[in-house]
Amino acid sequence: MAETKLLELKGIDKRFPGVHALKSVDFELGEGECVALLGENGAGKSTLIKVMGGAHQADSGTLLVNGREQNWTKPTDALEAGVAIIYQEFNLVPGLSAAENVFLGIEPKDFGWVRRGEEKERVKEVFERIGAEINPRTLCDDLTVAEKQLVEIAKALVRDARILVMDEPSAVLTKKEVEQLYLLIDDLKEKGIGIVYVSHRLEEIERVADRAIVMRDGARVGHLSREELDRSKIIEMMVGRKLENEFPQEVREPGEVRLRAKNLSFGQKVKNVSLDVRAGEILAITGLVGAGRTETVRLLFGADIPDEGVIELDGQKLTLRKPSDAIEVGICLLTEDRKDQGLVLGLSILENFGLPNLNKFSNNGWIDRSAETRSFTSYVEKLQIKISGHQQLASQLSGGNQQKVVLAKWLERNAEILIFDEPTRGIDVGAKFEIYQWMNQLAQAGKGIVMISSELPEVLGMSDRILVMKEGELMGELTNGPEITQEMLMSLAIGETKKQVA
Amino acid sequence: MKWIKTIFSSDYGMLGVLVLLCAFFSWITFEDQQPEGEGAAEALYQAISKGFEKPGRVLIAGRKSDSGRAFTNQLNELLSGDGWQIMGIAQGGPPELGAALRGVFDQNGSLDLLACEKSFVQMAVLDNFKKFQPRMKEVKVMVPASSSWPNFLKSSNLLNIANQIAVIAILAIGMTLVIITAGIDLSVGSLIAFSAVLATWVIREWFGADEATMGGMIAGCGVAILACSGLGLFSGSMIAYFGVPPFVATLGMMMVGSGCAYMLSGGLSIYQLPNSFDWLGRGDDWGGIPNAVVLMVVLYVIAHTIMSRTTVGRYIYAVGGNPEAARLSGVPVKKILLGVYASCGALAGLGGVIMASQFKSGDPKYGLMYELYVIAAVVVGGTSLSGGRGKVFGTLIGAFIIAVIQNGMNLTGVQSYTQKVVLGVVLLVAVLLDMLKKRGWKLSL
Repeated sequence: MAETKLLELKGIDKRFPGVHALKSVDFELGEGECVALLGENGAGKSTLIKVMGGAHQADSGTLLVNGREQNWTKPTDALEAGVAIIYQEFNLVPGLSAAENVFLGIEPKDFGWVRRGEEKERVKEVFERIGAEINPRTLCDDLTVAEKQLVEIAKALVRDARILVMDEPSAVLTKKEVEQLYLLIDDLKEKGIGIVYVSHRLEEIERVADRAIVMRDGARVGHLSREELDRSKIIEMMVGRKLENEFPQEVREPGEVRLRAKNLSFGQKVKNVSLDVRAGEILAITGLVGAGRTETVRLLFGADIPDEGVIELDGQKLTLRKPSDAIEVGICLLTEDRKDQGLVLGLSILENFGLPNLNKFSNNGWIDRSAETRSFTSYVEKLQIKISGHQQLASQLSGGNQQKVVLAKWLERNAEILIFDEPTRGIDVGAKFEIYQWMNQLAQAGKGIVMISSELPEVLGMSDRILVMKEGELMGELTNGPEITQEMLMSLAIGETKKQVA
Repeated sequence: MKWIKTIFSSDYGMLGVLVLLCAFFSWITFEDQQPEGEGAAEALYQAISKGFEKPGRVLIAGRKSDSGRAFTNQLNELLSGDGWQIMGIAQGGPPELGAALRGVFDQNGSLDLLACEKSFVQMAVLDNFKKFQPRMKEVKVMVPASSSWPNFLKSSNLLNIANQIAVIAILAIGMTLVIITAGIDLSVGSLIAFSAVLATWVIREWFGADEATMGGMIAGCGVAILACSGLGLFSGSMIAYFGVPPFVATLGMMMVGSGCAYMLSGGLSIYQLPNSFDWLGRGDDWGGIPNAVVLMVVLYVIAHTIMSRTTVGRYIYAVGGNPEAARLSGVPVKKILLGVYASCGALAGLGGVIMASQFKSGDPKYGLMYELYVIAAVVVGGTSLSGGRGKVFGTLIGAFIIAVIQNGMNLTGVQSYTQKVVLGVVLLVAVLLDMLKKRGWKLSL
């Protein structure tokens, strides 16, 4: 090797239960260089930067800083070695001032007394260096998002970080603020600091990055030099994989409109979204993380109350104040986050199954446990849920089996509209196929199915119609067919093009 | 070590601790027990029937106390029924015994048996008669056989334990529900005082003080329990609808309740009550078991049934385990929270009424620090402070562990200051076990 790299990762491998998150990934960053890290949702970018930051430990592979092998066990180890990560969610203490946050944990002090004068001077100096016009005494709570980001960068610089990893830094900034960020990055590069820039926004990559590394399904699939940075090429690499026969295909005849939402708005998350769900069809909603898809379906389920807009079921206007209102009329939601929202992990699977169905299994408040058990047993067989017993805690099941328990509890409700939010995330291939089959079967039975998914092959393989969202807005509505490609969806999702919504 | 883990990992793991504690205190309070009263008489009668082939002449001696009288009367009845000739009954101490013996011997009569309580055997007067009265040598002296039995395990002591813990145990039912929803209720101690004062105040002011009828007393207690339930409902609504942390909401209510109790009573005890008011706290209408203990057992059975068999119980666990998942499953999370805090308040009100009945007065100083004992009982009973897990009967075990430790230390003469230290340590160990259990018995993070 000619020159020593600032940061070098070789053959990094990482597994989580049920997921192979990183497959022998290589990565290198030179002095004064900005490398973009690209990939779809779930491609392994976040895991990779967590490995760089010491928050995760790789199962195998080596990590070198300045040519020296590192063996980190916690994030502060990485920081000491000069690697600072700026996550999307800032790690700032809201009740402390900007200066106090910058020096948190490394305060200049004499016998425990903070040298406040020196602290102030050094904060001023570093703020000047990065062009931040922040009063060091302002509480972090009162800073704007862009200012908080600058505080994070200052925090990294006073710790002598030589490597700065930024996770979607522009996602929260205005256009003007993004411009300032570019200038700052150029400046930092000149000072020899290496930057890893994670982003979905391709136009930014072209502006700031010297080269790009593309990831897909946990593996590094491509490397693009500055000259090769081209949008169509990047998109192709990002989606790259061929549509295989992993989806059970069905021919369906969608029927009448069952659920109709008009002009739904909810804060900044959902802006004027209208959609129809027909009987016997699968409607996919896709887009990048944070596009407002989950927020939209939460409105349909009464989990949040829209600021504006009307929801109708079979032409009847619905007033949904809470989820039980929606459940009452036959709308149900299989949440994306099964652990936090879908299941009560401390209860047994039988109890979880019974939770929305207790009306059916009880007399004047007395639970008829034998009826509950009988019904659950039939679902365990039908859905082939692998359990050790009905009293097993929900937390002890694998992702696929947890999803099946959630599915069982809503099937028992006999819901008319089923909303699946990322139904196959964190689920192994076999269980995925079974869940697809169930979705098809339900659509065949005349139910209205809504499926949120970031996996474009899944969207194309399963749905009849596709809605694409970006930043709370509907970017386009497509009727699925052979002419629809992943590239078309991706370019809608990142706002490359906008199709007039019918 | 493995079996220890298994025991503590089970739902009622603390039952083992309770049993161990009982065994320990039984062992160190092991003493000779003298049977008393009718029981002693019957035991002695059995022994006499075995020792004598045919009835003879007997002198019976018993102390002057109630039990002594019961002893002599019963023995008199039994022996005369068998054809014994009762030569006399000495009721009292040495003078009475001496007089009775002299009476028998002076008339030149003979005596086969002296049946007496144990204390008479050591009396000098017996030795004197043996020395100077030759016929005394033929007299057989029999006393009821003594047995060895721990003071701790005497039924009177066990009932005493149950009676002392009844109020805390009843409050702990409500606290268990609250803690299962991942909340806490600090106001129960002052609600005891408020309820006791309000109940007695209503009886005094509205229903004729010490001439109040049964109906009046029930009405007074009902008003107090309802009022406490209302205050609990208020805390619950602050928590459910305004997102006030339970600690803060109930801390406020703790001060409000205590202040109201002082305002209403003017800082003084209210004691103008009918004599029958102590029925709930001191009466024992069910085979000698105190009414408060019977009520406690009934309430525990009801609470356990609700928690394990009804939708409401299932919902309470779900709300504590994961409020968002519960809400998205259609559980009425807010109503459940309201109900839980209201019932906790109502049970605190009931506790106050029992306490007023025990002391036959209402005083604003009642229930001081009770919230801490109640929380301790729940935690020791294995309910997790992070919510979603816990068993009602576990709490009963926890309450009894606290009561047994207190009682056992009283019996063995441990200072009350030391008792506090021991109770504190027990609480810490219980919480530690809970944390270890959750982490899968690993010490570090």
